[in-house]
Amino acid sequence: MTPTTYSYQFSATKVRYEFFRLLPISLFVVAFGAAFGLAAVQKGLEPLQAILMSATVFAGASQFAAIDMWGSEVSLLPLIAVVFAINSRHLLMGASLYPMLRDMSPGRRYSLLLLLTDANWAVSAQEHQRGKRNLEVILGGGIAIWMAWIIGTWLGVYFGGLLQDPKSLGLDMVLGCFLLAMALGGNKSPRTLVAWAVAAITSLAAWKWLPPNMHVVVGALAGGAIGFFWLEKKPGDSGVKTAENEGDA
Amino acid sequence: MSIDTTTAGILALIAIITAVTVVTRFGGVFLMSFVTISSRIESFINTMASSVLIAIITPMAFSGDAGSVAALIVTAVIMLATKKPLPSIAGGIAAAGLVRYAGLTIF
Repeated sequence: MTPTTYSYQFSATKVRYEFFRLLPISLFVVAFGAAFGLAAVQKGLEPLQAILMSATVFAGASQFAAIDMWGSEVSLLPLIAVVFAINSRHLLMGASLYPMLRDMSPGRRYSLLLLLTDANWAVSAQEHQRGKRNLEVILGGGIAIWMAWIIGTWLGVYFGGLLQDPKSLGLDMVLGCFLLAMALGGNKSPRTLVAWAVAAITSLAAWKWLPPNMHVVVGALAGGAIGFFWLEKKPGDSGVKTAENEGDA
Repeated sequence: MSIDTTTAGILALIAIITAVTVVTRFGGVFLMSFVTISSRIESFINTMASSVLIAIITPMAFSGDAGSVAALIVTAVIMLATKKPLPSIAGGIAAAGLVRYAGLTIF
């Protein structure tokens, strides 16, 4: 069953709106980018190489990890394993958007995924739970974050010394707080809460006992398994807002 | 196997890191295109999506200092009370900064 016409149409106005909506969080991404730029030049990358890496990789945690493994030479297999493990959450994030992404042509679908990152995905996935289809935030918000990441890296490689201790300002917690706010703003049915408890426990166990960087995928799959075996009453009703969402204001 | 960090070597390393990351961005969607989306799969996807967030945050809270824990708690409280993300995030960051400035530690 291959659809010949794809029903998902981008609205330019909405893309622009989402660009500006994610600008505030992008300011914090500039600070992260600066921290990365500084770390990269300290490890011996040329400024342009650091900026190139931010532009093409566009995945902060894995870039920091890669830079950590830098020396006069870099072992290939450990590098690939670490980058893959840290970024493997993208596999699940992309999969979760598939019900919307299948409604656009493969060319657009995969181009859009180049801009997939935690913050814009969190917004899109959260709105999908509430029955809204918002891939515009992946594009508009993704461009805002991507630009901020590059600008930040650029600032870091040239003026990194100015940003002495981002941790003392709490800047290292921006993404964590953002993702938590997104999670709590979403659907909180009993089923979701059980899935969260399972995800929390398994991710902690994986973090403690499994090889590094596997905890996100392990926790998320364990949480997803709850959804797989515990179906909500109405089957197949993507996009219907349920009354129980509103329980705990 | 390893690559020397000469100019060409660094460019090769950047290309490799980029390729691995692109595989993770494309892979999940590519695999899903072979899956029929039943209501069970849809339920899995939706529950898994928010579980990703929890699985990122929980170890972050447990491995972090008092400042990180304060940031997450304040964010959660403001978000549950107001449902407004920006004040919640700003409150969380301010809490981390304040706790660290005051030099508080857990226990």
